[in-house]
Amino acid sequence: MKKVSPKFSRRRLITAGIATAAGITGLAAADRIARRYGLVPPDHCGAYGPGTTLTYAAQRVLGSHSLAREFPRSMISKAPFANAVAPPNDQFKRLQANSFSNWRLTVDGMVAHPGSFSVSDLKTLALRSQITEVACEEGWSYIAEWIGTPLHDILREVGPLPQARYVVYFSTDSDWWDSIDMADALHPQTQLTWGMNDGELPFGFGGPLRMRVPRQLGYKSVKYITRLTVTDSLKGIGNGLGSSEPDFGYTWYAGI
Amino acid sequence: MRLTHWLTVIAFFALLVSGAEIVISHPRFYWGEVGNVMTQPLFSLHIPSSRETVPTGYGFVMPDQNGWSRSLHFQAAWVAVLTGLVYGIWSLWTGHFRENILPAKTGGVLRAVGQVIANYIHRAPPDPSEAHSYNAAQRIAYLSVIFLLFPLVIWTGLAMSPAFDAALPWTVDLLGGRQSARTLHFFVSAALVLFLLIHVTMIVLAGFKTRTHAMITGRVVEPQERS
Repeated sequence: MKKVSPKFSRRRLITAGIATAAGITGLAAADRIARRYGLVPPDHCGAYGPGTTLTYAAQRVLGSHSLAREFPRSMISKAPFANAVAPPNDQFKRLQANSFSNWRLTVDGMVAHPGSFSVSDLKTLALRSQITEVACEEGWSYIAEWIGTPLHDILREVGPLPQARYVVYFSTDSDWWDSIDMADALHPQTQLTWGMNDGELPFGFGGPLRMRVPRQLGYKSVKYITRLTVTDSLKGIGNGLGSSEPDFGYTWYAGI
Repeated sequence: MRLTHWLTVIAFFALLVSGAEIVISHPRFYWGEVGNVMTQPLFSLHIPSSRETVPTGYGFVMPDQNGWSRSLHFQAAWVAVLTGLVYGIWSLWTGHFRENILPAKTGGVLRAVGQVIANYIHRAPPDPSEAHSYNAAQRIAYLSVIFLLFPLVIWTGLAMSPAFDAALPWTVDLLGGRQSARTLHFFVSAALVLFLLIHVTMIVLAGFKTRTHAMITGRVVEPQERS
């Protein structure tokens, strides 16, 4: 005797049909809404596109204004780990020979007043200190005090055009560049950092000038920043994916 | 419903392989908020690493596979979580939890579990009702996996996400910090692997072909029908 399970009832078929139809309609609507509100990352194509798009959209919906945790001074790591960095190239060494007095941060792209700032210009522009954690995608982490100029203060100086959607940042290390959306660019904790733990920012930690994006993993906090470009599209820049990370298999969005 | 089981199987293997690969980039575990190669680990796995900055005692460095591993891990996690949602809603709707997962109200649960284990040891034939529902030991095991280990592994995983922590800081603070969350994530995953090993062993003991056939097609081949 064969026992047929009572799983193919009419009710189940109808429910499944409605669910499928709702699913397809829902997906189409979700796609439209996601594009409208900027919930689609630049590297949404490819085998892992659905995963990174879901993560980026979910985390933006969950809280695009939320603040990364800040810690008491007593929790600052006694021995922070700088991680391996590429040896300084000739351009870097020339700037280092002059104690970085010729280090310039140029800001161009979709801005009303393109400009160029020295590190001391940035120091007089605005200062904010935060005690936040650096979390590497490998799993390790440390806490440090980061002293710098919030990116939104620099953007206020140059005046981004209303259609601006991303801020791209470049380093003296041409293999390491990245970008963030305006939610992160205007975020109060996103800063161009020039000081660490009450002192100058050491070379190993990105000195004289690095980006700090505390709500994303360490690799978004690019070291040795020399240029910012404000743009509405990442397609024409480098690999067109908004970051050098996809060249090494990593995602543009690193909030997870 | 059975589809959710097999989707979970696929997602679990993807999570396991990619998770192991991510651990290789830093096979050291810590307790508290922070931890790195400059601090004392709680324990280390004696395996090679894919990063030359990690002291392992091995004279070589494994290739970096973290890019696709991380992407696969999070994509598979989405599949697992969405599948789990479908399973959960469906099980509440159809009474699957009440009828098949929650232990029977009458009699002691522990005694019933003991009886099932004693039957196994004495190789007594299983009760015929077990072909269509779960016995007391199975119910306890599935209950723990569905309502304890799965939620814990999702929570400890999300607590490692810096953006998630920014939105809901208590999720990581309650676990004792970011590195505690990572260490707990490792142990809960190990518990899930242990469950998987026992689960598959039990299927083999109960008859791999019959049980797997039943789980795929939903049809239980009765003993007298077997040739």
